[in-house]
Amino acid sequence: MRPFDYLEPETLDEALVRLADDPDDAVVMAGGTSLVILMKQDLIRPARVIGLRRIGELRAIGTPEGNLSLGALATHGALARSQPVRAHAAALASTFAAVATVRIREQATLGGNLAHADPAQDPPVTLLALDGVAVARSRFGERRIPLDALFADLFETSLEPGEILLRVELPPLPAGARATYQKFLPRTLDDYATVSVAAVVATDASGVCTHARIALGGAGPVPLRAREAERSLVGHRLEDAAIRGAAALAAAATDPIADLRGSAAYKRAMAGVWTERALREVA
Amino acid sequence: MSAHRIRFTLNGAAVDTTVPAERLLVDLLRYDLGKTGTKDGCSIGVCGLCTVQIDGMPFSSCLLFATQVNGTAVRTVEGLSSLLQEAFTLEGGFQCGICTSGQLVAADALLRAKPDATDAEIADWQMGNLCRCTGYYGIARAIARARDAR
Repeated sequence: MRPFDYLEPETLDEALVRLADDPDDAVVMAGGTSLVILMKQDLIRPARVIGLRRIGELRAIGTPEGNLSLGALATHGALARSQPVRAHAAALASTFAAVATVRIREQATLGGNLAHADPAQDPPVTLLALDGVAVARSRFGERRIPLDALFADLFETSLEPGEILLRVELPPLPAGARATYQKFLPRTLDDYATVSVAAVVATDASGVCTHARIALGGAGPVPLRAREAERSLVGHRLEDAAIRGAAALAAAATDPIADLRGSAAYKRAMAGVWTERALREVA
Repeated sequence: MSAHRIRFTLNGAAVDTTVPAERLLVDLLRYDLGKTGTKDGCSIGVCGLCTVQIDGMPFSSCLLFATQVNGTAVRTVEGLSSLLQEAFTLEGGFQCGICTSGQLVAADALLRAKPDATDAEIADWQMGNLCRCTGYYGIARAIARARDAR
């Protein structure tokens, strides 16, 4: 581990000033599970690490203005146990519970997860399907970034130098909406997903789909929304042909990276299979 | 490069020391404080050998800077009571022993958080504490035995 200087500001304003002092050579640390590994492997060499652990306001989980607000420093464990999270969507709580192991869930945070932008991670997928919006602040002001605009490329976000991710906001779901997160894990339960799918649907009194969101993890360089598949469902009953058609469109929307979890073709096929399973779960 | 004064409790005893920013908790424990029961295995948070408790919950000490435990209560295998260790002995909860410290610390954290843990919860919390002698059944029996003895 290369030596570095560590700062632990007590307020967000102080953290933003310290980051602005040195935006190229300073990194922000939340839980540290990813950052420590990147530093051990010498993939990043920060001159300064700015730890956020004393800024308690960033841990808050609640519904201050109707939206569910998830603080960037909330840990996966805290989010999985949170009553407001479960009340919003049980699938969201179970998504956080599906990440890695209990040790990682107690240390790793929502903000760190999103800023790391690993396309095989679980929470971004469900948060995308729930229309999540990230809120980031720099010395110059605050910015709202829809999650599909946050993920720019493999391990890259659209956060600007000097910006710190503060929270994710989720708007209320349509009445009667149903959500699920399906994680394909052919190896071990603590692995990254081969592919994963989050689906959120709502139907009217006659069973016609009025709202559909489908998001995929492990299916491209960033977590993806399958917008054509979503559009194909709205206005139709969630019956066999519609589900299979949407699953095929979702598979076609993927751009998987071949790795030890499978070839691109295999992952694309599995994206279709697991989209179909997810839609049958919520239909 | 920067130096930091940190204060925390280790197995109930106060620690007041100064560390460089890059000091990892596992190295502080092993090399500075002599608590070598905590092992450094994979060094990337996967294997569970370096599991310690922070305020009662399990963490990978290879993924934490020592500065991150400032103000907390840290417990290592040296700070556990003997009930779990006896259960591991009686149920054959280990073979080569390299994973045992981490298994014990993780199991103790589970029984603190969930004294009535179900067998499924035991399996869930065991995940991420790897045993390459494939002793998982014995470990699960040992944790269940300790749970039932409380």
